Order: sequence, then structure tokens, then C-alpha cells
Amino acid sequence: MHLTEEEKALLAGEAGPVRQWAIDHQIRVGRYLRAADFVPVSQAHIMADTESLGAAGVAWLEALAAHRPEHRAVRIPTITDPRGTDFAAAARLRHQTWMLDLERRTIAAFEAMGVLMTDTCINYQTIMPAVRHEHMAYGDTGVAIYCNSVLGGRSNFEGGPSALAAGLTGRTPRYGYHLDAHRRATLKLRVTHTPRDLADWGALGALIGRHAGDYWQVPAILGIDRVPGSDELKHLGAAMASYGSVAMFHLDGITPEAEQLADVADPAMPVRASIGEPELRAFRQSYAGRVDKVDVVVFSAPQLSLLELRDLAALLHGRRVAVPTLAVTSPQVKPDADRMGLTAKIEASGATLLSGMCFYQSYAREMAAANGWRALATNSAKLTNILGGYGYRPALLSMAACVDAACNGKISQ
Amino acid sequence: MTEFTATAAMGRRVRGRALVAKDGFSARYDLDRIAGVFSRPEHKLAGQSYVDRVLVLDAAKGGVATAWMLHEMAARGVVPAALVLNTVNPIMVQGAALADFTMMSGFAIDITAVVPTGALVEVDTESDPPCLRILPDGQSGSAEHADG
Repeated sequence: MHLTEEEKALLAGEAGPVRQWAIDHQIRVGRYLRAADFVPVSQAHIMADTESLGAAGVAWLEALAAHRPEHRAVRIPTITDPRGTDFAAAARLRHQTWMLDLERRTIAAFEAMGVLMTDTCINYQTIMPAVRHEHMAYGDTGVAIYCNSVLGGRSNFEGGPSALAAGLTGRTPRYGYHLDAHRRATLKLRVTHTPRDLADWGALGALIGRHAGDYWQVPAILGIDRVPGSDELKHLGAAMASYGSVAMFHLDGITPEAEQLADVADPAMPVRASIGEPELRAFRQSYAGRVDKVDVVVFSAPQLSLLELRDLAALLHGRRVAVPTLAVTSPQVKPDADRMGLTAKIEASGATLLSGMCFYQSYAREMAAANGWRALATNSAKLTNILGGYGYRPALLSMAACVDAACNGKISQ
Repeated sequence: MTEFTATAAMGRRVRGRALVAKDGFSARYDLDRIAGVFSRPEHKLAGQSYVDRVLVLDAAKGGVATAWMLHEMAARGVVPAALVLNTVNPIMVQGAALADFTMMSGFAIDITAVVPTGALVEVDTESDPPCLRILPDGQSGSAEHADG
């Protein structure tokens, strides 16, 4: 892997031990993935909930943060993915003191390094979206796939340690989706039914992710008959990344690099499969069919935009939830929701609007045990994929059907 | 002794008993990391302990959390001996780099189809190219770091 003189100096420790760790980590990753050199990045985004870090990870971060300020400070704008709790609602979620202590210690360590605690997985809707050809180090799969596919920016999946390393060095190994060659389609799929609600966009993403199968596959999707909105593409991409570890897709005639499909896909490449309404219905039924009564209803993963909160507030208006109902948004959207009366409308139903966390990143297993939650309804396909391993029985429903389930305590079949 | 070369590896050379499935791997999605078992009901290894086993699986799946979780699992000692995959994603590589964890990937054949569960295997990250060996049985079956 070619190193510049500056990178050699970082590796030699001339900019201190924190940056020395960072560049060494990046070189090890880059060599494994055959990066020829580094590429400068303009933002880093760190996923670091404390369920993932554990006590060992928090202590490791604190050790970095204990170095001299000029050695530990990030060099580029570095922001964070959701935290492991909403401190204002921790008691209601039955988060325990030790969880909050780990969160506070993590926040203190990041702040000492100059990291901006944005606590969001929808930074492309709320903070600073990538522009086409801009290289990033994004640490949330939903963020990375949206950046690559919808915005034409360039990022690999950067786990917490690597995103932090990118923040400290201002660069990342040049492999994968930083390279033109990896951004071309590797399979074609035809969609014969354009989804109508967010749950179906997620279901479509899940099915495409299953067809793709691994990180290095780039699906080109034909047949979408209208331009989807940002929230629809958010759920499509988040589910595709979750089910398939996919980091990039093209929508024929819609996404920026596929305005002409031939620009990104070999015209001779056959269509591998078609996905239509029966496949989407079967996918949803594969989850919903296992659930009748629900213990909790969750709108999360990704965090909700202001427009999703508007829809949720309208659906809950004049109704009363019968089971715990949680909606999760970002700290950037929450004040707007408060100011515009959406929070009040949602919470008048008995539901709770949470900020700065995401359900699955917030000790989901411990919340299930503490609250007696097992059967869960959500309109997030990504969440249905994750929560089975945490002991939940998730059902994937439309937002409207989730609200009905919240008010009735059971799924209307 | 049967040997399969890989395109990439990192971490120390280890030996252990293989636990094999044509399925994916994600620390967040698939594991109960406290109990040390595969917990996602749909996973082909659901209910089985991964502790000290050489996991031989198809592809890295899921989100970015594994990059931290391998480190956290290693700190508590509730961790596989190594991870052998047909296909990695960057998260697995980043996590292995942080945790100094043994990982190997990129085979000419489907590695999950040729290694039987329970086989004693050596993940040799030091040979060039790196390779996975199925060793004659009768040798130590517990996970261990091989010398040299």
C-alpha cells in the first residue's frame, strides 16, 4: 500500500500515538482489502452505541481520549450515529444505571476528541449530505448505501473504530466504493410492483438484499415507475444493507449514476429475477403470520424524518394506544417536532417520541427482559431483520397497520 | 491433511474445532453474546455455542456493530477462535483489526462445502498464501494459538 510522506510520518508516531494507532489500523484494513493507497475524506460518521462497545470498548475510547488535546483531536468533521439511550426517557425504557454510565463516559471521550454528538442515522436528511464524487467515511450501513446510491457520494461501511480512525487521519483506504470499478452493477433485478408504503419499500430492499447476498454486489433495479422520495429510498437502502450487506444500488433512470443504465450495467447482463406484489406480500406475511397480540410497537431504524412524524401524528390523532408505542427521531428533528406540535399530537395518544437513539442500538435484549416485550410490530424491515436475534418476534406492517396494532393491542388480520 | 488456500488473512495462527454452515455472520444480528450462542432463530447454527470454535461461514452480513463487538467479545473471552468466510465485508476486517482477531477469506471453492463441522482445523495466517488445513483427528481439539 503506497504511503505518502505525511502518512509515513503518522505511522512513525510523529503526530502522536492516537494518530499512529489510527493510521496503523487503516493500513491493516487497507492491505487486507487490497487498497493501493489512501483517499482524503471530508466527513466521518461513527457508530458507537455502548451495547456494541461494551465496557472494554468504552475503556479503550477513554484511553485514546486521555492523550494530549493536539494528539487526540479529530481533523475533519466527525459526527455520531444514535446513542444507546434517550436520557430523558431512560427510566420509561427501563434502561439501567450502568448503561447510562457507559453512555456518559462514551460521550465524554468523544467530546474530548472533538467529535460532534449528532446522534443520528439520518444525517443525509438533517446534517450535511454528501455531494456526488465526495469521499466519506460513513459508519452506518443505511447512511453509506444512501450516500453511494442516491447522492453519488463515495463511502464503504466504516465500523466505529475505522470511522474514528478516518476522523483522526482525514483519510481512508481507497478500496471498494471509492473506486469506479466497484460501482458498476453486478446483477439486474426487475420490479413489477412499485411499493406504496415505507414497509413495502423496506420489504423490497430486503428481497433485493437477499438476491445480492454480499457486500460486493451492486444491484441494478429496473421497473420502478416513479421517482421515490427520500424516506422511501431510506427504507429501501437500509433494508437492502441489512439483509444483504449491500452498500450500493442503482435505480434505472433515477439514481444519479444510472440515468442511462448502460453507464453502469452491461447491456448483455440478464435479469436475474423479478419481484412483484406477491413476493412483497409473502415477505411481510413471513413475519406478521407469527404474531397476533403485540407487546410493543416501534417506529425506528432508521430514525424518523419530520415528514414521517407528520404522518404518524395524523394517524394517531384522536386515538389512544393500548400497548407501549415508541417513535424515534434524531436530535435535529425533535425540536422541530416539538415546535410544530407533532410531539404533542403523538404523545397525546399515549405514545412516546424518543430522540437521539435507535431501538435496536439501545440494549434491545435488556429492554425486552425488563419490559416483558416479545411480540413487536414495526414498519421497518431493517428492524424485523435485527430483532429476531434479540429474542423478539417482529411483525412488519404498514405505518397505519402499526397504529391499529398499537391501539388494539393486536394485529388486524 | 487437506489444505485450502485463501486470498487474505489476519491475526494469529490458531487451531480449533470447526463449526460450519452455509449461512452469514453478524455479531449483532446472529449472536447472544452473553450466552455465547447463535440466537437468530433463522440461522442454521441457532442454539449452538460459538465459543472457541473456528467458524466457517459463507458471508459477512448485517451492520457495522461487529467492528466493536469482536473486541468486546474478546475482552470477555466469549469469542470464536477464528472466523473463516467465503466473502468478507469491510466491517469484519475492521473488527478483526481492532480485536487482533484471526480471520481468513477468499477461497477458490465454497469453503463451507468442504469443511465438516467438528473437524480439527488450523487457520494458518502466516503461510504465503494463507491457508486453512483440516488436520488428522486425535490432536488437541480445544482452541489454541499455534506456535510459530
